[in-house]
Amino acid sequence: MADEALFLLLHNEIVSGVYKSAEQGEVENGRCITKLENMGFRVGQGLIERFTKDTARFKDELDIMKFICKDFWTTVFKKQIDNLRTNHQGIYVLQDNKFRLLTQMSAGKQYLEHASKYLAFTCGLIRGGLSNLGIKSIVTAEVSSMPACKFQVMIQKL
Amino acid sequence: MAVCIAVIAKENYPLYIRSTPTENELKFHYMVHTSLDVVDEKISAMGKALVDQRELYLGLLYPTEDYKVYGYVTNSKVKFVMVVDSSNTALRDNEIRSVSAGDWRTTPGWWMFRKLHNSYTDVMCNPFYNPGDRIQSRAFDNMVMSMMIQVC
Repeated sequence: MADEALFLLLHNEIVSGVYKSAEQGEVENGRCITKLENMGFRVGQGLIERFTKDTARFKDELDIMKFICKDFWTTVFKKQIDNLRTNHQGIYVLQDNKFRLLTQMSAGKQYLEHASKYLAFTCGLIRGGLSNLGIKSIVTAEVSSMPACKFQVMIQKL
Repeated sequence: MAVCIAVIAKENYPLYIRSTPTENELKFHYMVHTSLDVVDEKISAMGKALVDQRELYLGLLYPTEDYKVYGYVTNSKVKFVMVVDSSNTALRDNEIRSVSAGDWRTTPGWWMFRKLHNSYTDVMCNPFYNPGDRIQSRAFDNMVMSMMIQVC
């Protein structure tokens, strides 16, 4: 599908664009991750509004997380999350063994330090989606070996 | 056919409200405000229901002497409220029959709210719109206007 390639290319350009503007001093260095995350947040809010238009009302938090792992992930990344784990106290770990935005990079350790740049947008995407469904959360990502990554979602209880 | 259409945010403040200019606007604001309690009640009752009964459309919220108030809540907890003139029989007759048969999709009310929801989604996906702000989109405005004039 063509739209998939477009999304990957656009995402790559956004990341390099943000980092380039940081080099030129337009954005404070170190704020790049936040900027990317905020972009993802807004996109997530819009996307979830569109995706949940035809679904039944969600039963609970777990129901929402399952929707994110299955439907949301399939639409954006063309595959489901491989593993969803939770401690039933507001922490969810979403594991993707072959994360789309990392597959174009070498699978070795060479680019491991750059991986976090390419995950910030997706973290925002999840956070934005959840926030529009009424769940406040903190989303962090970690990569141990290259195309696989884990997203940790910490739900903020009111 | 509708005399007032309102969009209410998650946090229960109005994002958009429009009523027919010929009538007392404040009265409709009051009616919409009152309906929010009924919406809350319906949602909390729905949480325990079966999957196929968890519809976004809430149906008739409450009738008054001259008007009927209908409601719809999106998954993002944004509420749509529509006030319809009681003398409008097209909406009413179909409604009761289809809803008791459990088939929401055949009701005209369902279709009107779907249109509203689609338009709202377009507003949300507009990059120049800030989620949580009042809706000032002209396209949304026109759609709402067309639903208020249209006679079913």
